[in-house]
Amino acid sequence: MQLLYFAWVRERIGVGEEQVTPPPHVATVADLIAWLAARSDGHAAAFAEPARLRAAVDQAFVPLDSAIAGAREVAIFPPVTGG
Amino acid sequence: MIRVLVTTDQIDVAAEHEALEQGGAVATFTGLVRADDGVATLELEHYPGATEAALHRLAEEAVGRWSLSAVTIVHRVGPMHPGERIVFTGACSAHRAAALDACAFLIDRLKTDAPFWKREVVAGQSRWVEARDGDSHTADRWR
Repeated sequence: MQLLYFAWVRERIGVGEEQVTPPPHVATVADLIAWLAARSDGHAAAFAEPARLRAAVDQAFVPLDSAIAGAREVAIFPPVTGG
Repeated sequence: MIRVLVTTDQIDVAAEHEALEQGGAVATFTGLVRADDGVATLELEHYPGATEAALHRLAEEAVGRWSLSAVTIVHRVGPMHPGERIVFTGACSAHRAAALDACAFLIDRLKTDAPFWKREVVAGQSRWVEARDGDSHTADRWR
């Protein structure tokens, strides 16, 4: 699974993308965030407050309780601030 | 006709307006970088691919809701300075009401539905701009 990070999530983790293979119990975006938080101090800092995070699965915005089964690309980022 | 563009180049409003002139009424919105709190540089990050897809969906939704002959959304990314244009939305219809409503819809929903992130540089320090609750309430009026 390809992960993409943007804005301060990317900065805290230190990379904009990485490839991971989550274990079977990681079923939703929220599960993925909790699992990723243990990967490094940077991940822990980026994912300390899940309420401040938003996500897209295969480039479609989704709530954090959405399933990730079969997803090729998951993006995790702060609330958007364009315009 | 739908035109969506995400670019590091300056936005040419005159050219964009002329391209929209395909009916009786054109309404446009142009957003400029503000110098709030001493902002020297504004940097825009986005999610390539997903950004363009989100803007296309917005444009298509506008065409479905109003009778439009042309829709344009242009958003600048990368570093920019106060006074420069950051975003342009426009709609063309036979009459003003549809064009004005569609243009407002495009910019209101762009703020919540498209993956852009702003970072301000103030006195040499950079900080990510926080999302505003008011923007999501404004966007909700179109749902």
